[in-house]
Order: sequence, then C-alpha cells, then structure tokens
Amino acid sequence: MRIELEKRPDVSKLFAFVSPLLALALTLAFGAIMFAMLGKDPVEALDAFFVEPLLEVWSLHELAIKAAPLILIAVGLAVCYRSNNWNIGAEGQFTIGAITGSYLPIVFYDWHSPLVLPLMLILGALGGALFAAIPALLKAHFNTNEILTSLMLVYIAQLFLDWLIRGAWRDPQGFNFPVSRDFAPEAVLPAIWEESGRAHWAFIFAIVAAVGVWFMLRYTLKGFEIVVLGQSERAGRFAGFSSKKMIWFSFLFSGALAGLAGIAEVSGSIGHLQPAISPGYGFTAIIVAFLGRLNPLGIIASGLVLALTYLGGEAAQLSLGVSDKVTRVFQGLLLFFVLSCDTLIYYKIRIVWSRVRGAA
Amino acid sequence: MSIFEAILLTVITASTPLVIAALGELVTERSGVLNLGVEGMMIMGAVAAFAGAQMSGSPYVGIVCGIAAGALFSLLFAFLTLTLVANQVATGLALTLLGLGASGMLGEAYVSVPGIRLGEIVIPVLSDLPVIGHVLFRQDLIFYLSIALVVGVSWFLFRSRAGLKLRAIGDSHASAHALGIQVIRTRYLAVMFGGACAGLAGAQLSLVYTPQWAENMSAGRGWITLALVVFASWRPWRVFTGGYLFGAVTILQLHAQAFGLGIPSQFLSMLPYAATIVVLIIISHNRRTTLINTPASLGKAFVPER
Repeated sequence: MRIELEKRPDVSKLFAFVSPLLALALTLAFGAIMFAMLGKDPVEALDAFFVEPLLEVWSLHELAIKAAPLILIAVGLAVCYRSNNWNIGAEGQFTIGAITGSYLPIVFYDWHSPLVLPLMLILGALGGALFAAIPALLKAHFNTNEILTSLMLVYIAQLFLDWLIRGAWRDPQGFNFPVSRDFAPEAVLPAIWEESGRAHWAFIFAIVAAVGVWFMLRYTLKGFEIVVLGQSERAGRFAGFSSKKMIWFSFLFSGALAGLAGIAEVSGSIGHLQPAISPGYGFTAIIVAFLGRLNPLGIIASGLVLALTYLGGEAAQLSLGVSDKVTRVFQGLLLFFVLSCDTLIYYKIRIVWSRVRGAA
Repeated sequence: MSIFEAILLTVITASTPLVIAALGELVTERSGVLNLGVEGMMIMGAVAAFAGAQMSGSPYVGIVCGIAAGALFSLLFAFLTLTLVANQVATGLALTLLGLGASGMLGEAYVSVPGIRLGEIVIPVLSDLPVIGHVLFRQDLIFYLSIALVVGVSWFLFRSRAGLKLRAIGDSHASAHALGIQVIRTRYLAVMFGGACAGLAGAQLSLVYTPQWAENMSAGRGWITLALVVFASWRPWRVFTGGYLFGAVTILQLHAQAFGLGIPSQFLSMLPYAATIVVLIIISHNRRTTLINTPASLGKAFVPER
C-alpha cells in the first residue's frame, strides 16, 4: 500500500474550512482511545474534559482568562509565521513582559495613581518587544537562525525571573517564599463583569488585537507586504519590500503582544510575580496560530478551543484522577492532526493498493 | 582520583548525549530533512529507557527501549513531513510538544523511583593507564557507542556509496530522484536514524547522567543539539568537538556554582544557553560559508512528479 499525493490545481476552499474541524474530530477520537487505555470510560472522560467546563458561567470566565494570553500571543505569531519569521520564543517574551510590567507595582509600591495600570501595560509590551528584538537583530544582521536563538532566550528569561523573585523582588513579608509582594488594587487589571466571574480585560485586549490584525492583513499595504514576503522573498524584493525590515516588524510586533499578555496575566489573574507564571502559553500559542490557519479571526476560535484543553485538564484531574499532563498530549495531538489535515487543502490524496509503481 | 579526573569524567557524561543526538540530527539534515523534534524524541527515549530498565531490571534492556522509542516516535514526524508533506518546522515543534506531554504522563509513575545506573565496562590493560585509563576506558556502554557513532557516521557519509546518495538527496532531491535514487525511502531511514540516536541520548540521561526520572529532564538539550549541528557545519567530527565544548561549559558552570563565586546561580545556569547563542552568531556571521555548508534542500518538501 502506498499513499500518493496529487497537487490540486487550486487551493481547496472546502478543505481550508473543513480541515481544522476534521483535525478536532480526529483528536477527540484519539483522546477517547487514550482514555480507554487509561481504564476510563471514554464518553464520560471526554464529557468531563470538553463539555462540563462549558456548562457553568464561572468556568466560562475561566475559559476567557486562559484564552486571552493564547489569542494575544498567537495573533502576533501569525504575523511572524505568515512573513516566514519563526519566532518560537514567545514564552520568553511573555516572561520578560511580565517582569518589566511588574516594575512599577513592585518597586514603586507606594505610588498610587490611575496612571499605574496603563503604564504597566505599556512597559510590559515594551519589554516583550525589546526581548524579541534580540533574535530579530541577530537574524537581520548576523543571519543567525531565529528558531534557535528565540528558544534559548526562553530559558534565559525564566532563569532571570527566578533570580529576581528569589532576590531583589522577594516579598520581605513573604515568609521566605519566592513570591513578590501582592500588587496594590490600582495595579490590578479589572474584571469585565465582576458579578459573574473573574474574567478580566486581557480578553478584550485579545479580541481587539485579533480584529485589528485581521484588518491589517486584509486591507492594508503592510498586510500585503507581510503576505508577499512570506510567500516569496524574491517577489517581495521586486515589489520594493525589505525582508530585513519585515524581520524587525514581525518580531517587535509579536514580542509586544506576548509581553502585553505576560503583564496582563500577572496583573489580572495572579496578582504578584512568582517563579512559574505560565503553563506554557507561549508554546501552546504556536498550536493556536496553526489551528486558526494563521488567520486572526480563526485564532479567536482556536484560542478558545486550546483554553478548553487547559480547563478540561484541570477538571479531569479532579473528577477522573488522570494526570493533568493529558492536556499537553491533547495539544500535541491536535497540532499533529491539524498539520496532516492541511495536506488535503493543497493535495488530493490517493491510496494505491497495487505494488507496481505507476499502475494506478 | 584527582579533582581533574573527576571533572573530566563529568564533562564526558554531560557531553555524550549531546554528541549522540547531534550526530543523529546531522544525518537527518544531511538527507535534507529538518527535524526540530529532537527534544521530544530525546525525552521519550529517556522515559522509555527508564521504564524498560525498571521493568526488566536491566539497564541494557532500557537502552534498547530508549532507542526503539526514539525511532518509533520519529516515524510520526516522517509520515507527516515525507508522506503528507506537512511543514517540517511546525511538525518538529509538534513532536516536541507531544513528547514533553506524553513523557510526563507515562513517567508519572516513576517520579522519585530510584533508578538503575548503567555499569562501567572496564577495558583490560588500557584502563590501567594513568589519568586517561580511568577517564576513557572505565566508561559505560553508551560512551563507547558515542565514539563508535562518530567514526561510523563519518565513514558512512564520506566513504560509502549509500552516504554519497544520502548527501546527494540532501543537496538536490530533484536531481537525485531523476537519477533513480529513492528519495522518500532514504529520508525515512535518515529520520529514523536521527530518532534512534535521540532516543539513545535520552537513555543516557535517565540511566547514566542522573539515573532517575524527572519531568522535562532533557532541559533544552535537544535544542542545543540542533545548534550544535549548525555549529559543526554538518560535519561529524566537529559535532564531536562542539559537543564536548558545550559539555564543558555545562559542567564548569556547575563547579563555579559549587565554589560560590558571588555570581547568582541562575546566571551561571544561563551559560549553556547564552553560549549557544554566541556560537550561533559566530558561525552564521559569514553568510557565504553557511550557504556552502548547509544541505541545499534542507527543510524543503519533496513531491515526486507523476
């Protein structure tokens, strides 16, 4: 048996829409098998994982909280990936954004002003952008592989945060726990609708960013430049676009969004700095970007789906007693199926049963 | 045993997994396939080796399990990128994410279970040599394998007919296909060799380096491996040198932490990662030499015309 591919004359519009759904269905099917092998009732497990978190208002708020950083980061990454710049270090930019944004509420704890929060958010975005500037500089001027440099910087950012929290920024009243002091109330990102749950403004930022980038990609020259340079650097050069400038633009842009996600998460959901501030949002956002077909509106939907895997993982840990690592497995599987189903968009797949080459 | 010998021994232990995994990735990349999933394959190898050793009571069974896990896991990547021509960068990332998750899940039962250390094989006569004898000839099987792999891969790539074909595919898959060389089949084998090596490197981590299982114990080594291949400009002996350089940085920062130089330990722990970045800058600075050395069809999908 052999699998043969035949290039479609045109990109299949049908499969561009169906393939993410097919990938979801396949992930669920494999998830069911996995739960069965773990000795759990698959229907009950999938229900606990993917349905129950959607049935209560407070947990919909939690969904928005988890989706916000994923969408924010993934929208930035989509700009990068579309222009063929492989920023894999969003997790590091998220961490640095959280640190630079926390500078005000931790170091100037006694400064009370309505300006604190907007300044924090700006500082966070700046920090993320500056940290992303490192791989951009290295790629633009030294031709250094941005995948590897941005990734190495993740480990450096996490160690830097660890050092800060155990050293200069440790809460003097914290009983020696490695946490910073809690942010003052004016440094906390407010909830959107306090009566029903915790979801805060980060989700609104995420939606605004997604719609804004969607508009940019579709209707502006910058968007056209991104797409052209991504598809062919040569064609972009003929059109007078600079791929060097695009490296800077895409990295600074995605870094700023990741940094904003970082400070929003710390200020809105956690309330202080601590050594672990992210359950891998920066990496999961890569899956979100691909599942959303690198389209900002698609990313809103896929961000919600991936946020559900985090919630489901927590729920499954409590109600089924399965490890919360299941979440990661689901996320990895989903990316696999998304990538394999995407083949259907560009190719017709034929399964050839005969052993003779070309007989079909 | 002098402190010097002790340091040398730890450097070797830290370098061996880097050398092995990088050699595997080197062969994969020479065939024109960029597999960013080394970290994932390595951690799967580590957990499989630990589990295999626990269940059988023999670290050697563990090694076999590690290799098999790495190779099988890489098949997933091969199927997606070679048969379904999925994007290699994204698929490699998926492999790493899935590997980190699956290994965490499979390994949960083994957290804080005492491990089985792979024993030394003492080579008679040679092991009695001063200094070198103790360091080089009282080592575990995986160290000897790493040396054999350097020699073997080097011979295979540059002295054998099959190696010539593999390099030809990596440089121009269309021409190689026109000459009747089996592009896809060769690439499958190259990817699986890379996976097997990453699995063996993982086995070294959980059977020799720290004989236990801990989540995410590969700690970015798979990524450093990818940098090593670039550093080595796709040459086996330079992978060997580079691997030991990185191993030395890792160990020396640990010793510096123990001495307490007044530098916070977190900054010393950053050193291997920072060194990777610096080395990448130096290597890729000269655009022309990187272009000459990089396999020309690296990362490009191949769909035969029919």
